[in-house]
Amino acid sequence: MSAYGIIFSNIHDNNIPELTRLRTIASVPFACRYRFIDFTLSNMVNSNIYNISVITSYNYQSLMDHIGSGKDWDLARRSGGIKILPPNIAAYANPYENKRNTRLDSLKSVIASISRIKDDYVVLSDCDVICNVDFNDLIRYHQETGANMTVAVKRVTLTPENSKTSVVFNSDENGRINEVIPYPTEYDGQADISLNIIVMKTSDLQQMVVEAQTRGYSSLTRDVIARCCGYKDFRVYRYDGYFAAVTSFADYYQHSMELISDPTVRDSLFGVKNRPVYTKVRNSAPTYYAVGSSVKNSMVADGCFIEGTVENSIIFRGAKIGRNATVKNSIIMQDTIVGDGAFLNCVITDKNAVIRDQRMLCGAETQPFYVSKGKMI
Amino acid sequence: MYKKQECVAMLLAGGQGSRLYTLTEKTAKPAVRFGGKYRIIDFPLSNCVNSGIYTVGVLTQYQPLQLNEYIGNGQPWDLDRGQSGVMVLPPYQAKSGADWYKGTANAIYQNFNFIDRYDPDYVLILSGDHIYKMDYEKMLRAHKETGADCTIAVLEVPLEEASRFGIMNTDENLRITEFEEKPKHPKSTKASMGIYIFNTSVLRDYLEADEADPDSSKDFGKNIIPKMLADGRLMYAYPFRGYWKDVGTIQSLWEANMDLVGEQPVFDLRDRDWRIYSRNTSEAPHFVGEYAKISNSLITEGCAVEGIVENSVLASGVKVCRGAYVKDSVIMSNVTIGEGATVNYSMIDENTTVGAGSVVGRTRSNGSGITVIGSDLAVKPGTDIPAGEMVDAEWLRTNHKD
Repeated sequence: MSAYGIIFSNIHDNNIPELTRLRTIASVPFACRYRFIDFTLSNMVNSNIYNISVITSYNYQSLMDHIGSGKDWDLARRSGGIKILPPNIAAYANPYENKRNTRLDSLKSVIASISRIKDDYVVLSDCDVICNVDFNDLIRYHQETGANMTVAVKRVTLTPENSKTSVVFNSDENGRINEVIPYPTEYDGQADISLNIIVMKTSDLQQMVVEAQTRGYSSLTRDVIARCCGYKDFRVYRYDGYFAAVTSFADYYQHSMELISDPTVRDSLFGVKNRPVYTKVRNSAPTYYAVGSSVKNSMVADGCFIEGTVENSIIFRGAKIGRNATVKNSIIMQDTIVGDGAFLNCVITDKNAVIRDQRMLCGAETQPFYVSKGKMI
Repeated sequence: MYKKQECVAMLLAGGQGSRLYTLTEKTAKPAVRFGGKYRIIDFPLSNCVNSGIYTVGVLTQYQPLQLNEYIGNGQPWDLDRGQSGVMVLPPYQAKSGADWYKGTANAIYQNFNFIDRYDPDYVLILSGDHIYKMDYEKMLRAHKETGADCTIAVLEVPLEEASRFGIMNTDENLRITEFEEKPKHPKSTKASMGIYIFNTSVLRDYLEADEADPDSSKDFGKNIIPKMLADGRLMYAYPFRGYWKDVGTIQSLWEANMDLVGEQPVFDLRDRDWRIYSRNTSEAPHFVGEYAKISNSLITEGCAVEGIVENSVLASGVKVCRGAYVKDSVIMSNVTIGEGATVNYSMIDENTTVGAGSVVGRTRSNGSGITVIGSDLAVKPGTDIPAGEMVDAEWLRTNHKD
């Protein structure tokens, strides 16, 4: 049994417009040293999936820079490895014919590549779901049930406030999907929501994409799953580990803070035996804590230089926290400089931001103050 | 195919490092861990790459497993190359017999076939025992400018320490006139750093002649260099200014680690123009707990600190439990310091567990020794390990009472 991975790097970009203005959702920084796609890529590699295509449509410079040759994930290979599939814009082409706003449209646009897949199964995954999962369990379940498609879901409690960003799958006692409710506004109670991870037999996928092409379908959820679940065997696979679906900027902040407040979250993402999370290697020196620094309850990457006070925060690689500076409940991304005596509470600074000495910045848990990439304040 | 290279580096990495005691029990000295996330060999390898030298032969002999595994295909240093790259060169069996490397010169002699593949004009000889950042390209330029047969990198050392080194006496143009190994009354303070650049043909001639000499101890410092001087060969000293440390002893290894610590450290690894590369272990970021207190220390990925850490270097995956106290110490990867344990002025090798409430070492003061605990050991809770002890499995068997 072998499996091929397809990753959608731009789907749900508009969930966190602040962080995706200059990048794909796949390359949004998370947890001190990772990008969202690292979790998906590591899950695949740790499940022995070494043939991976990443479909991307715009803003993909940061993604390509991050992935490079793929060697940091063991994906720099002569046969297989990682391939980035940017939009194929032919001369005189109408750009609207190439749109890749949905997963199905994305798949349609790489139909030639899909038709060449030789592996038995395909794992399709978005990048906005953070989890550490063994895809082999999922594939095995798919094999055993003989379904046409298996969708990974997680049982959660939805409220009318938070249900709008989820796709709910209702299924019978055998796990066969009988109803799909995309983005419900009124839902209240327990529901199986999609992790946006799907397993199919390669031949089923190829057939599905051809069919979507001929019938003009453009949504995997609405046009394929919802329409066909009555007569095709689509099943759910219940995942019960930790996952974080990042559906908004506030959500991004909240899930980042969970890494600090809940040790089980850290363990379920980073503490799984034989399933480490890989990322681009930067060869930073270890982090230096100066005399007079005070760091509590925080997650810190390598290459930082800390002289001030840090509490309940996430500090990315190469950040510098100045003397007498205070950083609380904040996310300080790569190479940010926080000046001497600055005070930050509920702030997210993007890469290379500079907070000058004595500045005072405050946001709120529900709306963190955002300092964009390279900005000096 | 092989591509001609101007300069090939040969890195002598076979040393046992017996004065590092238990730290080199299972590994060669160049593979000894250093500075949180490095091994000693990362420094010469990174220097090579940063100096534009991409062909490196690593000569191994003593306990090579960890070293071979660590170097692998050279990917962390960008030395996984098609036409050059890094190559591990162990001793081998030949038609005429099987020989261990009998000395530094013999090791190079036995691997001259590796050098010849790249048809280099120059051969750079390095040792895997030193911590420093050096641009070999500048030294090579000086070597070409003087037209020397051999250039030896030298470091100015204090006169009172000069008798510990091989000392180069030079004229005003830095031409070497005399070489004295550990002189009692040094005439100069230019100490050899064990870094040589030879013209390939000259090196070949002298290695062949040396090989034929049954009385030679097949060593660069003892035989090749004195012989070349005696023959009146053109040899120049290349003065190096900067940090250089021989980490051959427990004391100097500890000191070198401490030289990395500080706001303006004696030796700065944060220089982004001269990065030191190392093999990555894919650990999570480190976590600092609610009750932690860290001061003047280096902390690496994968650590979890709940206790107090002062003036120390913590390598990846180290756990300092609540109430534990670590001071003036070097803790290597995946060590766990149990609750309430105290570690003072010590070095603890990888994968060792220090049980709760144990006391390791004593406060650093004049004359007190560094306590060393070897790798893969379990120190039972409540154990008291006095200052200056070298703890290995044998020590624990003798001192652990049930």
